[in-house]
Amino acid sequence: MTMPFYVAPEQVMKDRADYARKGIARGRALIGTVYQGGVLLCAENPSRSLHKISEIYDRIAFAGVGKYNEFDQLRVAGVRHADTKGYAYSRDDVDARSLANIYAQYLGQVFTHEMKPMEVEILVAELAPLTQVGELYHILYDGTVMDESNFSVIGGDSETISERFSITFNKDWNLKEALRASVAALAGPERKIPVSELEAAVLSESNGRRAFSRLGHLQLDELLA
Amino acid sequence: MFSPTEDPGPSFVEVISRVLPEKSALPRLISGPDGANYRSGSPISVPHGTTIAAVRYADGVIMAGDRRATEGNFIAHRRIEKVFAADKHSAVAIAGAAGPAIEMVKLFQVQLEHYEKVEGSVLSLEGKANQLSQMIRANLPMAMQGLAVVPLFAGWDILRRRGRIFTYDITGGRYEEVDYHATGSGGRDAKATIKLGYRDQLDTVSAVKLLISALLEASEEDSATGGPDPVRGIYPVIATVSEPGFKRVTDEEIAELTQQVLADRADRGVAQ
Repeated sequence: MTMPFYVAPEQVMKDRADYARKGIARGRALIGTVYQGGVLLCAENPSRSLHKISEIYDRIAFAGVGKYNEFDQLRVAGVRHADTKGYAYSRDDVDARSLANIYAQYLGQVFTHEMKPMEVEILVAELAPLTQVGELYHILYDGTVMDESNFSVIGGDSETISERFSITFNKDWNLKEALRASVAALAGPERKIPVSELEAAVLSESNGRRAFSRLGHLQLDELLA
Repeated sequence: MFSPTEDPGPSFVEVISRVLPEKSALPRLISGPDGANYRSGSPISVPHGTTIAAVRYADGVIMAGDRRATEGNFIAHRRIEKVFAADKHSAVAIAGAAGPAIEMVKLFQVQLEHYEKVEGSVLSLEGKANQLSQMIRANLPMAMQGLAVVPLFAGWDILRRRGRIFTYDITGGRYEEVDYHATGSGGRDAKATIKLGYRDQLDTVSAVKLLISALLEASEEDSATGGPDPVRGIYPVIATVSEPGFKRVTDEEIAELTQQVLADRADRGVAQ
């Protein structure tokens, strides 16, 4: 009979975490930030059709970085969860907190029980119905959840970008200011990101029931001009 | 979370029938006390919605529905609404058993939005019309027991750049109309009125007035169709679907146009 090698649980977890972090660090970053009356999600994404940012429900948006097929699976699961809940109960009963918890449970489960952890980091954003205040839930590959009421940066090089962004951040800025600061923080001092490589969307009160809308290249050009 | 081989795809109806089988969107036969199914057409007393109509006009389509629901010879509701936005570019109006019909509309709305979010693109107008057809077909067992749902579906076809109207029968049969249609208990009178007043490329106001008079004629000949009620401020629900999207005509506008329609009739000296 062969005996399996003993590996300390600390080591197993560390290896998995390193593996996931490496995968995530390869991708480009994404910023979620609140502004006056809305939430802005902005990412560096050269693809026009493979989105990192999407709509989940009336006032909830999803953003993911890392492995596309993995965060897209999470996105679809989120849409299914939200639509089922809204259909079974009421549209008012669908909230980001419960969705973030489900994501956290699932990611935690995969992290400890599956062969490999998911190489993703996701952001669930919500525009609160009465107060119109933005709320961001940042969920890591191992199921750790952090809630942010100001801004959150996920993906490769997120710490540096976060530092750059926090200097300019202002809770009461408008969409234009928030977008400019986001793009500048993503690009860093030496680089300029062309509009064609940006993906951005907002949750905004002015959009009516479905608060989510994408900012097209024309709109981005206008806002960044 | 489903495995890739069992993934329900972009269909919400599929999702709901797997995760909440007890709330399954597909209806079952209603059984009698002895376990036997009620015979077809047995009178189950539930509210029924009545007259609905749709007309193509210059910018797209307009849909209208009266506000009455009847239960046998009683008026069950005076203010029921039968015209709904299915999504941004389409509308659905319902006639028949109100309960299953409203539930079907709710499911249809979620189905379209769900597809849009999961796939990242909107279904074509024909795709939407076929989806509704499948839901009506699934309702056939209930229809055989007297709970038929017969909707009218219309919308702006983004690819062909024109308004289109679809009608259905209880088996889910789908038929495209050319310019107008009306169904429900007062549908015949409403359709005859539209037929006489219809012209190609009607403007919005004329089309709304045509639908108001169609429902007015229907309400005078059919007891299950409600007419305009200025005392309570109840007017038909009318909505336009054109390139910018679904838009409901406000009650104030309809009230004013109803006054004009009635004044025109008085001028002509129409007997009561």
